[in-house]
Formats: sequence, structure tokens, C-alpha cells
Amino acid sequence: MSTLFVNEEAYPLPEDPRTTLLDFLHQHLSMFGAKKGCDHGQCGACTVLVDGERINACLVFTFQLEGKSVTTIEGIAKNDELHPLQKAFVERDAFQCGYCTSGQICSSVALLGERAAKNPSAVTCGPDYSSKEDIRERMSGNLCRCGAYPNIVDAIQDVIALEPQ
Amino acid sequence: MKIDTSKNVLGKPINRVDGVLKVTGHARYAAEQQFDEKALVGWLVSSDTAVGEITHLSTEKAEKAEGVHAVLTYKNAGPLKPFSKPASESRFTQSRAVLNEPHIRHFGAPVALVIADTLEQARYAASLVEYTIDAKSPDLLLSSEQATTVPDSLDGGFEADVESGNSSHDKKAVEIEADYTTPSQISAAMEPHATIANFDGEKLSVYTSVQIIASAVDALAVTFELDEENIEVKSPFIGGGFGSKLGLHYDAVLACLGARYLKRPVKVVLSRRQVFYNAPHRGHSFQQMHLSCDSDGLIGDIEHHSAMPKAKGYEFAEATGAGARVTYAAEFINSTHRIKDADTPLIDSTRSPGDAIGSLAFESAIDELALKAGIDPLTFRIKNLPEVHPVSGKRFTTHRLGDCLQEGAQKFGWQHKPAPKPGKLIGHGVASAMRMNVLVPSAASISLDSNGKLTVRSDMTDIGTGSYTILAQIAAGAFHSQLDSVDVQLGDSSLPPSCGSGGSFGAASTGSALMKACELLKQSLKKTLKQKLPNLTSECELVLEGNMLVVYETDVDTHTTTNLDTHIKRADVDTHTNSSEPQRFLLSELIDKDNFPLTEIGEVGEDDTSEDEQYSCGAHFVEVEVDTHTGEVRLKRQYGIFSAGKILNVKTASSQIKGGMVWGAGYALTEAIHHHTDSASFINPDFGEYHIAVNRDIADVTLDFLETPDYEASPIGAKGIGELGITGAGAAIANAIADATGVRIREFPITMDKVMEGLQNKRGG
Repeated sequence: MSTLFVNEEAYPLPEDPRTTLLDFLHQHLSMFGAKKGCDHGQCGACTVLVDGERINACLVFTFQLEGKSVTTIEGIAKNDELHPLQKAFVERDAFQCGYCTSGQICSSVALLGERAAKNPSAVTCGPDYSSKEDIRERMSGNLCRCGAYPNIVDAIQDVIALEPQ
Repeated sequence: MKIDTSKNVLGKPINRVDGVLKVTGHARYAAEQQFDEKALVGWLVSSDTAVGEITHLSTEKAEKAEGVHAVLTYKNAGPLKPFSKPASESRFTQSRAVLNEPHIRHFGAPVALVIADTLEQARYAASLVEYTIDAKSPDLLLSSEQATTVPDSLDGGFEADVESGNSSHDKKAVEIEADYTTPSQISAAMEPHATIANFDGEKLSVYTSVQIIASAVDALAVTFELDEENIEVKSPFIGGGFGSKLGLHYDAVLACLGARYLKRPVKVVLSRRQVFYNAPHRGHSFQQMHLSCDSDGLIGDIEHHSAMPKAKGYEFAEATGAGARVTYAAEFINSTHRIKDADTPLIDSTRSPGDAIGSLAFESAIDELALKAGIDPLTFRIKNLPEVHPVSGKRFTTHRLGDCLQEGAQKFGWQHKPAPKPGKLIGHGVASAMRMNVLVPSAASISLDSNGKLTVRSDMTDIGTGSYTILAQIAAGAFHSQLDSVDVQLGDSSLPPSCGSGGSFGAASTGSALMKACELLKQSLKKTLKQKLPNLTSECELVLEGNMLVVYETDVDTHTTTNLDTHIKRADVDTHTNSSEPQRFLLSELIDKDNFPLTEIGEVGEDDTSEDEQYSCGAHFVEVEVDTHTGEVRLKRQYGIFSAGKILNVKTASSQIKGGMVWGAGYALTEAIHHHTDSASFINPDFGEYHIAVNRDIADVTLDFLETPDYEASPIGAKGIGELGITGAGAAIANAIADATGVRIREFPITMDKVMEGLQNKRGG
């Protein structure tokens, strides 16, 4: 049987090929952490990681992900220990209503990976991947109507500062 | 003995108590709730024309499609009270009927609801519904002259027209006429409007995303002609509201129609595009101003005339002139509001109704007047501050606008503009913020169990504002107990009815109600203690330590009360105890177990607030960089300084204000609904084309509070902040752009094409 992995558990692919990953998570797994803000890839609230890279779960059909490994916000904390980004988001109050937060955090986790892999952003200039401008650019695919952007950038900078130099 | 006041968490920058739920994806919003029986999924078929009658409907193909349980239209959905009836109710408690008549009121309105097992099935089947609408030409507001109706009332209780003072010739050395426009805008909360409803033939149970629970119950009772006792509404987490969820919208009525028809749970979640049409937006405004001052910069005339559309059949008009009436002293103030009934989707509150767009225009025009008079815009504002309300003549309970402007200028560095880089211009802008404060009737209860656990209950909502957190702080603060010994239950119609969230009244109103409940509980405990300690004074302080109640005899520290008389004791418990040893009691031994939990309800109403003028104040300062070739505006920093009474949690309050400032950036630079006037539709109803600010649009955003508890405004001393941050925020950006470029753009938003054109005209090319 065709399967995909969500937070390290195997699940059968849905029968209806029209099912997006986001609707699969909601309708088949009752896993509601990834949010639907637009269903058009415009807001980023549904951001999840597929094999470590961030995607909009609303823009991919589930059948495209056979054998792939999906990490949602529910899989970001390990063994009840919050990810440093989750802690930093709470500490910096990097959200208000919380609806975009799952996507923001998944994007931030991917951002750390992109930095480690030295993938440049559209504004990266030189070896500095930790400027606020670079973080803002990388986080601009995730809308937040509560306007938590400054606090989100602070939270990400806090976690970058924890990385071994 | 001194009580450990480090435990007094009120006002402290405490992390959100619901923070972990939100960062782990476990906070459950409306569409994510589940009843015992799996919910069916409803998908909306929307009208492709603005106004008219449905003349043909064909649902057979959709009904036969896989998985479909029902296709509801006006032919079979069942009776509802007609839309906007009864006229005697407020707009939030009038009928929100849809699918009850062939008449279509606006573009995008519901024509049918297709209900199927899955979203994919419902959405496909919806494409099979065929309909024809005999369309009429829609009536819209296309120019200010078309708005001729005087609104019966304005949001916030303001009068439509106000005139005060007399215009003289003494203060007309400098005059400007300034006609500004602001576009239609939308709240665009990240969570689309969503409802899941169940109906068992008698009881209607609803999870929905709504800011005010009690009015949602009323609206459903009226719309479906049910008894309120048979309606249950829950909204534990709300993914943003910003006014668009004050009342219920079509998702709720449609889900309830589906549940009533099928007697099983039905879920309806609006798509992003459907949100633009099936939830409210803000109308566009024409704001025409005449301002004058003398050569010293003292204001003579302030005339502000506003024209806006009003959605037909829906009573809402916003007071864009509110700021022009209160911010500055003037010899003569004349403020009018005119509206025109239009065939548009609902027009209703969008964050900071009146002031968000009123301040954009008015605070820009004030800058124009200052510059024309040759006076620094900051100095000009400070020169013209009012002693009392310029129109009513009443005193302000507190008024620190002058302090905000002066201290803010210093902290921002108003005098120190950095040199621009080649090809760039740098500008500084300032704007004042005045936002009316109101206390709204509200209730909350507090319960204490034998283990010392406190439970707060209210139908209050947390729309991201931090209600869960500040209410926990208030309860913990009242009993000097640990924050984690308090459980807060909100957003449920079975709990004490509150004001809900909106209009910046939530925290002060419900917070004060809870404070009163805590006081009643303390009195009740003291009464019980008196039996064991006959010499106990009523000033003793009670502390909850685990399952122990600790009693301290106190001497109130008179030093802390010098400024605020007796009020300080009511909220800022910083009490020194006398030398006697505290007495400790096991709660379970002090009180008979049958009497637990001890519960008290606190309420606030109009007696708890002053009849004098109540305003939160603020000042915004902005630095922008403008590209001389492309006209692109980049924010360098936004700084704000605010006075809003007591700040209940500096962390969450700062976040809320920052969010308002980010909205201000969107209003100044990017946000606009563009109208297709022939069809009365929106050209850009999604996040791809309606541009709210993204992360990289925003630069450094910082703020300070000038904290002066205002116990005349509310028993807890707090005033509203939710709408203060946006008021003036966009105008400060507009003023900074004008400072940088010498170009004044009066048509918001100030997009780069307009800046480029202005720069070209200035260069004479």
C-alpha cells in the first residue's frame, strides 16, 4: 500500500486524488496544527516540512508525497521538549491569535536549515545570514495579521544566537 | 512581615498562559472542533452578480454527485426571520438570514450550500449548481457628492454632525483645503470565518469564530427563531477578529441551516475569497478638510467632512471625524458625516473604526497646515493641545498626549535625522493618537476549590489579545498566588456573560468584573475567618499558598497612595504587613467541604466609569527611506509612546500595540480593496492582491508606555489599547514620506507609483 510519513508515523495515501496535504492532515488525521488561511499558497499558515524543506501544504496533493516524510508543527517538539524556536516564540510573544504560528515556526525551523546549508535568500549579501533583513526576507512568505513580525524576528535571532559560532 | 510581592503578577510581562498550546499547534479553533458524530462539510455557491433576483436554479446534478447529502437553496433551506429584522435590535442581534429568499443583496452572496461527506466532494458538487440571476445595476458610492444621507448614529455613539465655537478672522493667516481619500479595506484575520454546528431537533450547538459570544447567541435566536436557552455557542480560540467577527456571519447561519436540515453536524469554513464577500469590510472614505491657523501656529478652524458608503439594510457608519473633534484645541470645529446606501457586502467595524482612517487623513492634513505655517509639525501639535475636550468642554479623566509627544520625540530622536545614502531620501514623521475609551457591562466569576485552585469563568473571548493571560494574572494577583494555580475558562455561552472582545473595551471591562469577583470572594473568606479570628480586621490580606489560606494583618503603606488617594489599594496591592505572625489555615479545614467550590460573580456597568471624557493617548514617530528613482518607501523605524491607564501585562500589551503599528504601515503603504464598479465586485479579494504588510515590509518597531492608572475609567485602572496602536500610525508614515520627498499624497495607500509621479512632477518632468 502507498504510504507517506507524518511525524514519523506511516499513513496510507487517501483514495481521493483531489486531497491536498493540508486537507489530508485535517480530514483524515484530525491533525489541525497546520492552518488554512487562504488555500492558495499566499499566506503560509499551512507551512510544513517535507524531507526537511518547507512547503505550503495547501499547494501539494497528498498523492505526490508517496514515501515522503512530512513534519508538521505537532512533530517539531521532541519527547515533550519544546524546540528552541517554540520556546523563543513564547518568550518573545511572537504571536497573538496563534493562527499563523504553526506556519511561522515551521518556516523558522526550515530557515535554520537553510542557513546551515548556506542557501542564500533574495537579500543575502556576503557571508552574513543572520541580519534582520535576511530573516525578514526569509519569513515574508508567512503572513501574520496580528503584526507579530518584529517579535518573530527577535525570537529567531535569539535561537540563532544559541548556535555554536 | 512582608508579603512576597514578586508573586504579584498583575502588570508583569508574563508569557501567555495559552502560549504552549499555540506554539505546538494544539490550540483548537472553531473549524477544528468535533462533535461525537463526524461533521459533514458545506461549501458555498456564491452569486456572480451584485443585486437581483434568482430566476433559475438547478441543483439536480449537484445532488446526484458522489457524497452529497443536501443542496440547500432558498427553496428548501427552511424559514428564517427576514434579514435585518427586527429593526428594534442592534445590528449584531438582528437576523442574519441567508438562503431564505430569491433576492441577492450583493456580489458573492450565498446562492446555495452544498453539503457532502468531504470537502473535495462538496466543492466539486458546488460547481454543478446552475443558477441565473436577473441582475440590476448596482448602486455604489462613486463620489463624495453622492453621499447625502445623514446617518442616524455613528459607531461609538458619536453624533453625525458637530459644530462648536465661532470662526473668527484672527486665525486665518494660514489656510489649507485638503481632500483625502482612503480605500476600502478588510480585517483579513488569518483564520477565515468558520463554524461547525449541530442541531438535535431542539438544541443548537455551535462552535464558531466570534468576538462577542452573547450577541452571537442572540443573533442565532433571532435568525432561527429559537429560545436562547436552546442555543450554545463556543469560541475558545479565535484566529484574529479585528472587528470582522464582532457579530456572526454567513458561515454560522449556513452551518446552522445545514445542521437543522440534516440533524447532524455540519461545518462551513469560508474560503479566503468568500471572506471578502461574506464577512464585513470597511468602506472607502472621502475626507474633505479646511484647516486654518494664525502665524504663530494656533489653530482657528477645523472642518472635517466625511463621505462613506453604508451597506443597504445594515446600520453601520464610522466616525472618521472623531479625531478632528478631540485632538486639538480650535476656535471653530465643524465635523460632518454623510453616507450613501450601497449594494455592497456588509460594511462594519474594521480595527479602530473611525480613527484608523480618520487619523490617516486628519493627522496628514494637520502636518500640511504646520508646514504651510512654517512650524515644525511636532511643535505645532504641542502648541495646540486642548485643556478640555474641544467640543464637549468636559475634562479628560487623564490626558497625556503632550507627554507622549514630548517624551516620544526625545526617545525617537526627532532632531537627529541620519544623512541619506546616494539615491535615497530620509524623512521623519509624527502623528498624534487619540482613541475614545469605554467601559462596557461585563461579568466574570471566580471559584476556589479546597486545593486552593482558582477558576475564572466568563464568556469573554481571547482573539489574540491575551484575555486568558491577563485574567489569570488578575486572579493570581488578587490572592498573591501562583499563576499556575489559576485556570481560565472563556468563550462559552454557558459562562457569565461578558462584553466580549472589541472596541478596546475587553480587558478593562472584564478585568474589572473579575477584580470585583475576587474582592467578593475575599470578603466571603474573611467572614469565615472572623469566626476563628475574632480580632481580624477587614484590612487583613489573604494569600493562597497551595491548599493553605494565609492571613496577614496589614498596615497599608501610605507612601504608595499619595498620588492616587485611595484608589491604589484597589488594584495595585503592594501592602506592607505588620509585625504579627501570619496565620495559616488548611482550606479544607477552614470551610466545610460541601461548600466548595466557593464562587462569586463580579459585574461592571455604567456606574463603574466616569461620565467625563475618557481617551487613550499616543504619539507615533517614523523614519522612512524613499528611493528617488523608483519611489519605493522603506520603513526604517516606527516608534510609539502611549498612555492607556494601567497596563495589565506589558508583554501582551506591547505586542498588541506593535500589531496596530504594523496595520498602520499597511494602511499607509499597501492595503486597498479595488472595486469593479460595474459588477460591484472586488478586483483583488485575496492575499495575493490585497497586500497586508509582510515581515520584510516592517522594520524596527519599538514603544514605551507612560503608565498612569485611570481609576475613573475603570475599577482596574486600565484603558483600551487594541485600537490605539493603529490610530495615527499610518499618518506618521505619510508625514515622513512628505518630509523626505516634499510630495504630499492625499490618496491612500501611498504606493510607489504615486510617489514616483510626485517626485517627477516636483522635478518638473
